[in-house]
Amino acid sequence: MSMLKIKSSTLRFLARTILLLFWSAMAVWASEPNGSSSHGTNIFAPSSTPAKSIADLSIFVLVITGIIFVVVFALLFYSVVRFRGRAMDAGREPAQVYGSTQIELAWTIIPILIVVVLFLATARVIHAIQDAPEPVGAVQVTAIGHQYWWEFRYPKLGIVTANELHIPVSDPSHPTPTFLQLLSADTDHSFWVPELGGKTDLIPNHPNRMWMDPQRTGVFLGQCAQYCGMQHAKMLLRVSVDGPEDFAAWVRAQQSLAVEDAAAIAGRRVFETNACMNCHAVAGTPADGRFGPDLTHLMSRATIAAGAAKNTHDNLRLWIQDPSAIKPGSLMPAMKLSDGDLDAVVSYMETLR
Amino acid sequence: MSSNAITIPGTQIQTRPWVDELHEWLTTVDHKRLGILYILSALLFLVIGGVEALVMRIQLMHAHNNFVSPEVFNRMFTMHGTTMIFFVAMPVLFGFANYLVPLMIGARDMAFPRLNAFSFWLSFLGGLLLYFSFLGGSGLYGAGSAPDVGWWSYAPLGARAFSPGHSSDYWTLALLVSGFGSIGTAINIIATIVSLRCPGMKISRMPLLVWLNLVMAGMVLIAITPLSAAQIMLLIDRYLGGHFFDTQAGGSAVLWMHFFWIFGHPEVYVLIIPCFAFMSEIIPVFSRKPIFGYPVMVGATVCIAFVSMSVWAHHMFTIGMNSYANSFFTLTTMAVGVPTGIKIFNWIGTMWGGKIQFKTPMLFSIGFLFQFLIAGLTGIMLACSPFDWQLSLSYFVVAHFHYVIVGGILFALFAAFYYWYPKMTGRMLSERLGKWHFWLFLIGFHLTFDVMHIPGVLGMPRRIYTYEPGRGWDTLNLIISIGAFIQAIAILVFVANLIISYFKGARAANDPWDAWTLEWSISSPPPAYNFATVPTVSSRRPLWDLKHPEDPDSRYE
Amino acid sequence: MSAVTTSFPNTAAGWQLPSRGKVAMAGLIIAESAIFTIFVVAYLFYLGKSLTGPTPREVLETPIFYTICLLSSSLTIHFAAKFLARGIGFAFLGFWLLTIALGGLFLYGTAEEWHRLIYAHGLTISTNLFGTTYYSLVGLHGFHVTAGLIMLLTVAVLGLCGRVGMKQSGHIEVLSMYWHFVDAVWVVVFTVVYVLGR
Repeated sequence: MSMLKIKSSTLRFLARTILLLFWSAMAVWASEPNGSSSHGTNIFAPSSTPAKSIADLSIFVLVITGIIFVVVFALLFYSVVRFRGRAMDAGREPAQVYGSTQIELAWTIIPILIVVVLFLATARVIHAIQDAPEPVGAVQVTAIGHQYWWEFRYPKLGIVTANELHIPVSDPSHPTPTFLQLLSADTDHSFWVPELGGKTDLIPNHPNRMWMDPQRTGVFLGQCAQYCGMQHAKMLLRVSVDGPEDFAAWVRAQQSLAVEDAAAIAGRRVFETNACMNCHAVAGTPADGRFGPDLTHLMSRATIAAGAAKNTHDNLRLWIQDPSAIKPGSLMPAMKLSDGDLDAVVSYMETLR
Repeated sequence: MSSNAITIPGTQIQTRPWVDELHEWLTTVDHKRLGILYILSALLFLVIGGVEALVMRIQLMHAHNNFVSPEVFNRMFTMHGTTMIFFVAMPVLFGFANYLVPLMIGARDMAFPRLNAFSFWLSFLGGLLLYFSFLGGSGLYGAGSAPDVGWWSYAPLGARAFSPGHSSDYWTLALLVSGFGSIGTAINIIATIVSLRCPGMKISRMPLLVWLNLVMAGMVLIAITPLSAAQIMLLIDRYLGGHFFDTQAGGSAVLWMHFFWIFGHPEVYVLIIPCFAFMSEIIPVFSRKPIFGYPVMVGATVCIAFVSMSVWAHHMFTIGMNSYANSFFTLTTMAVGVPTGIKIFNWIGTMWGGKIQFKTPMLFSIGFLFQFLIAGLTGIMLACSPFDWQLSLSYFVVAHFHYVIVGGILFALFAAFYYWYPKMTGRMLSERLGKWHFWLFLIGFHLTFDVMHIPGVLGMPRRIYTYEPGRGWDTLNLIISIGAFIQAIAILVFVANLIISYFKGARAANDPWDAWTLEWSISSPPPAYNFATVPTVSSRRPLWDLKHPEDPDSRYE
Repeated sequence: MSAVTTSFPNTAAGWQLPSRGKVAMAGLIIAESAIFTIFVVAYLFYLGKSLTGPTPREVLETPIFYTICLLSSSLTIHFAAKFLARGIGFAFLGFWLLTIALGGLFLYGTAEEWHRLIYAHGLTISTNLFGTTYYSLVGLHGFHVTAGLIMLLTVAVLGLCGRVGMKQSGHIEVLSMYWHFVDAVWVVVFTVVYVLGR
């Protein structure tokens, strides 16, 4: 009977130790950064100063909590194995110890010291990130959260775009960080691109501010992190960090008015007479609705519907025909266009480079 | 099974018609029966909430799955969270408190038996209200459908503009109603403990379970009420055109967050403190030693109660508070870990030098210690606000709080079930099924919730009905879902144990565990009046004194 | 298995614990204070933040008379309880009814003020942030006054039927604790709304 009891407890702790080692290995494996130019969403693969400060502090916290875990687990394991009751003990009680002031003092003071150390290390990083001054060369973006898409405005550059953010890479010796002002048009959202920084919420009537200075080019992924309604899951983020020339080229292209293509005149007429322009804007045309994304340079984007689908002819056609086929709950209504009108409008959209 | 019958061996007792029995249960004001009603209703909602979890886990098994629509998924996580917190955890803990507190202080019943019954039925009504919302979905016209705003119903998502219909209203009303029930029970518990202790039971001699339930009840009074206030404000916004949280009229969405979390954080301590109470009764008995450091255990709990009222905004680190506010809440949150950690040391100190018996209650208690340690440490990680800027609103947080609630609270509850079931029913639960339950649940729990930390670190936010492939989340989610099913099987084993043992379990004597508090001095189950004569106590372990007259505790206190 | 006899040593003499009614009422008061605190916080937070509509300074008139009514009702209920404890039923009933009258007057004052605000100034709960927070806070308090008055009236009816005597003294004290609480809340509400808020 007692043999079974011994087996049970030792088995349990062996199982736990194995689990521990296994999961640690998984965690290490999972934290390896993705090598391609399309980056992943791993908080331990930072590419920007705030993300890096956070990752460094986090490792420090992990090490300390890891040590605490090992010590306490060892005590627990030891007490379970060493002080297990044996059959011959029946009827005899062990020494009835009520406490020990010295021991209890020790295990009060040591945790307090640990808390002080952790807190001081943390406070430094909080101030470094949140109170960082905005340098003169910084790119300014206003991000406005909508159900379920992102509006990006560059007030100093005169650009209005949606869902895909382009920012310049920042050279540590001459930093060109991007500072975002975060607003919301409806409910709460949260801007989270893990490899570029921690998340900050977009809350109506409560402007927020965050910054990032990516030191690697490429596309960084993220998504809305604060539940904002039915399609919260498909409010994705795509941040393209461009080299200086690429960024300048992108800015120039975005600043220009919509391409005027005579072949698309029929589609443009459908667009302007079917209430599309009540929600959407196309710079240089009468369409200036603000409820939905700006479509002036739609074709410069790799995805549509805030990342829910790739920007291909078929997806675009399906989206305009019936948004709920791609993103049920999206606030864009199905316009019930005839096939001819639909094709015309899609052709028009495809001219908006 | 009537607790009023005096079992005379050899005589046939005429069984009463089931209608009479049902009527007695429905109109009872006896704390023992109400305790059992609380526990049974919690078990019912546990199964329902568990099914909701399984639906979500099936949907998340792989990327772009189509098991349920986004509408249904969003209702699932809202209902799962709301159900588990308000209609499982709180009722089951109130149930145990109801059952045990009067017995442990040598009292006849709670201070206000009718208020007790009223509070229970209010609670239960709240649960029914919440679930009635489902009927509106495709049934009664205009009745609305299940809420889908998350269990926090952040503003302005909970406003009329973004949640038309009545689903949000069912959520609000259900919580208001059950909140009043909780306040009633808390008042009852405090009045019972302060005014009905048996002679000799000074405050410093109460069992730790009684002490901790007193602290918990005090916290309920000032933690649940902010939520009630916020709910009333939300109703005013939704129905009377108020602007409390109307950002278009200058209102503040952040104010809702503050009010909600001023409730929400102390609430989780309200849930964990009674579980600390269970551990503080069970671990000593199965280590055969008194609790190590009784005064510090009390002091640490009171400390936790106070400090926990100052940490709430650690749920709001990402909303854009300034660096001083973030630093303050980082400090207080880390600080509350100190008294909590101390308690873990005291429990280990209790086991140290003891003679540990590995019956099922103790297995679950050791599981609790291991898991609560880990949960506390991931809590310290989340307390560090920059780390939280990455981890908040991700599956890391979901893993952390399930580690506390399932790995901590539920394990402690299982221990309490196996420990006090004999007292409540007069039968022992099967040790064999108990061990199956323990091991299955342990494996399923760790498979799910250990792994769940990783998608969070890899950028997976919470409350998403589907996710993109290729982010490294797919296999992990599959493993998590498998673990969930293993836990479900374990719960079935547990429920089977509860039912089978009720009819076939070994009969329990007064004191099957050789324990030391007053409830073990009377029969299992106790008679309706509890104690034939009012006991008088002279130490913290009255039965130890009686069993060991040569070495009573009263000599050392 | 226990061979324990359940005969504990009998030292019950002199074991006195607080009355459960008072403890319970104290608990209720603590809970209610927390609810009122949240409404007061909302009121203070939104001061000056209304985007439109009447401001407190423009429309509020300090209800000094009705406040005096309510606060002196605390005094009268105190005397009522004292007289009952001494068994002087007639005085108890007199002061009790006076308390009800004063409380009723206060409620009338609130109604009068709300009538003026709504019809003369167009301030309703949905007008602006001030309207929402004002009516909620003052209304919540008024609701508690009403609930209290209903309980006081019940006791008055029982008293007039001769059912309230010295034995009920404890219950009356518990009820008067509630009434004192309602008055104390009014002191806070009055200060916040009519003094600080303008």
